[in-house]
Amino acid sequence: MSEGRRTVLASVARALGRDGPDPAMRAELEQRLAQPRPNLIPGRANLPHSQRVALFVEMAREAAATVAVVRAREAVPEAVADYLRRENLPPELTIAPDPALEGLPWSSRPLLSVRSGRAHGSEAVSLTHAFAGIAETGTLLLRSGPDAPTTLNFLPDTNIVLIEAGRIVGAYEEAWAMLRASGAMPRTVNFITGPSRSADIEQTLQLGAHGPRRLHILLLDAGPAA
Amino acid sequence: MQATSRTFKENAHRALRDADLQVALAKMKQGFVERRALAAARLPEFEALRDQGRAIKDHTLAHLDFYLTCFEERVTEAGGHVHWAVDAEAAQDIVLEICRKAGARTVTKGKSMIGEEIAINEHLARHGIEPVETDLGEYIIQLRDEPPSHLIAPAIHVTTKQIAASFRKAHRDLDPARALEEPRTLLAEARGALRDRFLKADVGITGANFLIAETGSTVIVTNEGNGDLTQTLPRVHIVLASLEKLVPTLEDASTILRLLARSATGQEFSVYTTFSTGPRRAPDLDGPDEFHVVLLDNGRSRMLGTEFQEMLRCIRCGACLNHCPIYQSVGGHAYGWVYTGPMGAVLTPALIGLEEAGHLPNASTFCGRCEAVCPMRIPLPRMMRHWREREFERHLQPQRMRAGLKAWAFLARRPALYRLGARIAAKTLGLAGRRRGAFRTLPLAQGWTMSRDLPAPEGPTFQAQWRARGGR
Ligand code: SF4
Repeated sequence: MSEGRRTVLASVARALGRDGPDPAMRAELEQRLAQPRPNLIPGRANLPHSQRVALFVEMAREAAATVAVVRAREAVPEAVADYLRRENLPPELTIAPDPALEGLPWSSRPLLSVRSGRAHGSEAVSLTHAFAGIAETGTLLLRSGPDAPTTLNFLPDTNIVLIEAGRIVGAYEEAWAMLRASGAMPRTVNFITGPSRSADIEQTLQLGAHGPRRLHILLLDAGPAA
Repeated sequence: MQATSRTFKENAHRALRDADLQVALAKMKQGFVERRALAAARLPEFEALRDQGRAIKDHTLAHLDFYLTCFEERVTEAGGHVHWAVDAEAAQDIVLEICRKAGARTVTKGKSMIGEEIAINEHLARHGIEPVETDLGEYIIQLRDEPPSHLIAPAIHVTTKQIAASFRKAHRDLDPARALEEPRTLLAEARGALRDRFLKADVGITGANFLIAETGSTVIVTNEGNGDLTQTLPRVHIVLASLEKLVPTLEDASTILRLLARSATGQEFSVYTTFSTGPRRAPDLDGPDEFHVVLLDNGRSRMLGTEFQEMLRCIRCGACLNHCPIYQSVGGHAYGWVYTGPMGAVLTPALIGLEEAGHLPNASTFCGRCEAVCPMRIPLPRMMRHWREREFERHLQPQRMRAGLKAWAFLARRPALYRLGARIAAKTLGLAGRRRGAFRTLPLAQGWTMSRDLPAPEGPTFQAQWRARGGR
């Protein structure tokens, strides 16, 4: 295979008319990668916190997600149970093995059966925890890890996602900065904007192609500080 | 796949007579064009972002040697493998070898134009490995055994009735008397049929919209979520990508992502944009054990540094197809190979040769709409003209056209004669076509008038009018 490598790189070198970048150019390019700089960021992403959260909600709803505001962490199990009842879904939930989710007072909802782990294909509803929210398009950022299996984002019919209002930023670039600050790039970073859809049959838009038919966002927002 | 670009004209005539296709194309024209315009108008920075997108890709291509090796290093650091493929056969061999090592019997596939380009399905099937397309559109055309007809809507030419027929044939375990008229039931059936395939596949193959040098990540953009199931569930994930998919950083990818969905479907953002970096980490509960990236050249490095370099900025959004009057009338299959519309007319000759695809650069009215909407500001009409020039130089043009152009060149160098000839021609055509204002057919130009009308000239020639206005 290394012959393929040599041939391709030689052909690129011939086209560029040089044998690799010279040291000065290399240093400059390495610098560009080591300190990535944002390009133009749309004005709509540049808002004070409360308006940013409002834009996130508006854009997520436009993408056919549903959003409910929860005022306190302890109220999340109740909000989940309410949602399942309203949507006529079974009271069974697979949650990501994330302390922020496992530590919730699930025992307050004894009728709700809660399992923690990855998805295998038969799970109807999952609850995951977003790393960030991006207001400009109502996008959730989820990253993989031992506490965040990717299968929960795609296999269940219904995906409920918890996000703290404080994790909502304006632009994708701000989310990248947060992710870099948190450590190395995980195996998977998912940007999720609304539930799965397809328009492949006669250009008719339908929700729920292969991923979740429903995306429900629980926005944990204590509201304006008193 | 076997290219049929040589018979573009015949293909196009067939397409014009295909009533179902014409209905689909009319719908497409409305939907895509309108939605893109709305999405672009809603983002005041859209035009400035196009400039930046172009600059990012130009910068990357100018330093492709650096970014390619850098990407390779980062993939390796993350525990993945990069394989370099000079051409389609080399890529086929690499993929087959990985599948064999994994003991693969079935392979699920996310949508990948590179997969089409290297005909990976045929190759795997020939060697006893079953490929299963999972994008709904790709699944439909796989069942019908035909190539995609649109970059992002591969089954745009297929009717609900035809899909139902294919499903009845393929899903034999289901009740033959079931109702299959509604798009909704068809979607549900495909979802059910593919669920099992996702869970049982040994290898998942996806394409890539971007490769990121900074992190060694590959990026896919989908609306269905099929690509994510494809690359998360099996033990091995193979990414098929061509050299020009590289961008330097996550920030650069983000800038171009702001253009991609808006240009493609008019969405603010696609549903799933996924960045994959290496295989699963040791404590992860899911994800593939192996991560392979196949980097395909297949003629692209030869485009670098030529008048076709700018084509390598293409992000496969499909906007040029959606806005092209030729594509709108004949659809994708007429182009005879994987890439269609204006981008296909430029890219195909570069990849499979002018000999095969020499007709495609002629499939243009030079109206310029493709360039006007291309998010990466690729001068498509100019590059089609370059191909036409090359084709002419190679004397591949039909006899009559060569004679016609020679005659024109002769006259163009003799202005007095040219004026006289043009005056006579305009008069004659004007008189002959006076009644309808247009010609249904003209001697020596039946090819042109067979599917369109030539307006009859009105009034004096351009040159005469120019003189009369004092050259203004
Ligand atoms: S040439 Fe431009 S408009 Fe056409 S698919 Fe490529 S990026 Fe999109």
